[in-house]
Amino acid sequence: MSSQGVDLKKRRMLITATAGVGAVGAGFALVPFISYWQPSARAKALGAPEEADISKLEVGALLRVKWRGKVCWIVHRSEETLKSLKEDTAHLLDPDSEVPQQPDYCKNWHRSIKPEYLVAVGICTHLGCSPTYRPDIAPADLGPDWKGGFFCPCHGSKFDMAGRVFKGVPAPTNLVIPPHKYLSDTRILIGEDAGGAA
Amino acid sequence: MNSLIQWIDERFPLTKVWNEHLAQYYAPKNFNFWYFFGSLAMLVLVNQIVTGVWLTMNYKPDANLAFASVEYIMRDVNWGWLVRYLHSTGASAFFIVIYLHMFRGLIYGSYRKPRELLWIIGVIIYLAMMATAFFGYLLPWGQMSYWGAQVIVNLFAAIPVVGEDLSIWIRGDYVISDATLNRFFALHYLLPFILAALVFVHIVALHKVGSNNPDGIEIKKGPKGNKWSDTAPADGIPFHPYYSVKDIVGVAGFLIVFLAVVFFAPEMGGYFLEAPNFEPANPLKTPEHIAPVWYFTPFYAMLRAVPSFAGTQVWGVLVMGASIVILFFLPWLDKSPVKSIRYKGMISKVMIALFVVDFLVLGYLGMQPATPGRTLVAQIGTIYYFLFFLAMPIYSKIEKTKPVPERVTK
Repeated sequence: MSSQGVDLKKRRMLITATAGVGAVGAGFALVPFISYWQPSARAKALGAPEEADISKLEVGALLRVKWRGKVCWIVHRSEETLKSLKEDTAHLLDPDSEVPQQPDYCKNWHRSIKPEYLVAVGICTHLGCSPTYRPDIAPADLGPDWKGGFFCPCHGSKFDMAGRVFKGVPAPTNLVIPPHKYLSDTRILIGEDAGGAA
Repeated sequence: MNSLIQWIDERFPLTKVWNEHLAQYYAPKNFNFWYFFGSLAMLVLVNQIVTGVWLTMNYKPDANLAFASVEYIMRDVNWGWLVRYLHSTGASAFFIVIYLHMFRGLIYGSYRKPRELLWIIGVIIYLAMMATAFFGYLLPWGQMSYWGAQVIVNLFAAIPVVGEDLSIWIRGDYVISDATLNRFFALHYLLPFILAALVFVHIVALHKVGSNNPDGIEIKKGPKGNKWSDTAPADGIPFHPYYSVKDIVGVAGFLIVFLAVVFFAPEMGGYFLEAPNFEPANPLKTPEHIAPVWYFTPFYAMLRAVPSFAGTQVWGVLVMGASIVILFFLPWLDKSPVKSIRYKGMISKVMIALFVVDFLVLGYLGMQPATPGRTLVAQIGTIYYFLFFLAMPIYSKIEKTKPVPERVTK
């Protein structure tokens, strides 16, 4: 074969086209390998909504429910607690819940559907530790102004009894309120609301 | 024997490789004890791979079985305790050796031209090591394994827009779960082989440019001719047997210390194996205080030092990322006319000394619970960490340096 009459331009175009098609093919071949890392069908099924019975939840008590493997709290708040939520919000970063950390129907001063029950994801918005429930008023370690709330032992973030974050702590936002709805007066479904499953 | 070697040499460059990289690889004759840590790092890597493979023979990467299988290795498997302690102590030893190895490069200017790429490959090795250590720490499935992984994976969730989906993709679930444990095990098994490949590339790059030395003098540019060769650098000696034997002394010294820890203090007071990790992982209960293992704590302190603002805490993550990324730029930040600290001026010496103190202080702070006072110190420490690098083009240039001798000194 002689090298005369070789169309170098055409040859370069063909090489580029072949390499291009090959790269696209390699890109498609990556899809199953990347998608393989996504939650499996079983993991998704285990992430289904979770029902909780609150008929035995006393005033001041906290109930832990596991939803999608995360701990969710249901807190039965007292009248005094609810009163304290309305007063003195100067120490809070986002007292009116402007950052969408809750469904729209919980964007109110008590951050819940019914004022007396708080439903919140018990995971600190800083780096995912689970804060401790500290309903005690003015304990020695949290200071005289503490009116009850949640304290994260990892990095010292503080939240009030509506899961609202304090100013000057590492956590940037209020605690997440999961989508939820009341199936009856004593049964709550976490992970699903009027708008459907989360 | 000779005919066998000849038979091989005709088919594989055995003698050529042996000579080029060992018997006729001329390294500067003035290496001091800082030059032990490269070969020690390789020794620890081999220890980690061998003990790691042995551990997998009894370990079960299953959320329900992992913790018990580690205890089974510790109690029932013949010499299981030794293999596991060699592995867990080896992880900390690896970082100690690598930090000393990096410090050696820092003080003697081993990252300077023509060794920029050698340094960059080294930083990549360091990154791969950190990833390997992070994946490995989840495997015992203790409380600290679980919550440490929770905190680190959530760093990715802090990235705006894609963060949440990215963290779910990394975990394979909405929380750290069996799926996460399984893939971390797979990655922990994979990465050491990539690490070994990177070490090979590191050595290829080293042998291309030749070793630096405590004087920071290029022996290849000096006079030629030594006892072994007329063309080799006059200040070079063959790596084998001179440094291979010297390194054996280093290995002996290292093993005395290393095995003393393995035998008498494998937990090292909670620094090598943290106390909460003797409790099985419990997703519903966070330990009182979460701290990463000591080798990550300087970076963790920097992460915590940055407050969140504008509704996101991504800034701390960015600062932590930048603290590693900045290492890649070190070769171009140093503008000093000399390489080694021996001939640098007072400012560089003070800056490096303070940098060491800063790194240790940050490491200490990263282990402690945050208080306003400690956070302030960590913030100052973080600023100094970056100042050390970012001000280097200025202070390395303006300071008065000492004259560098023609030949290496003793």
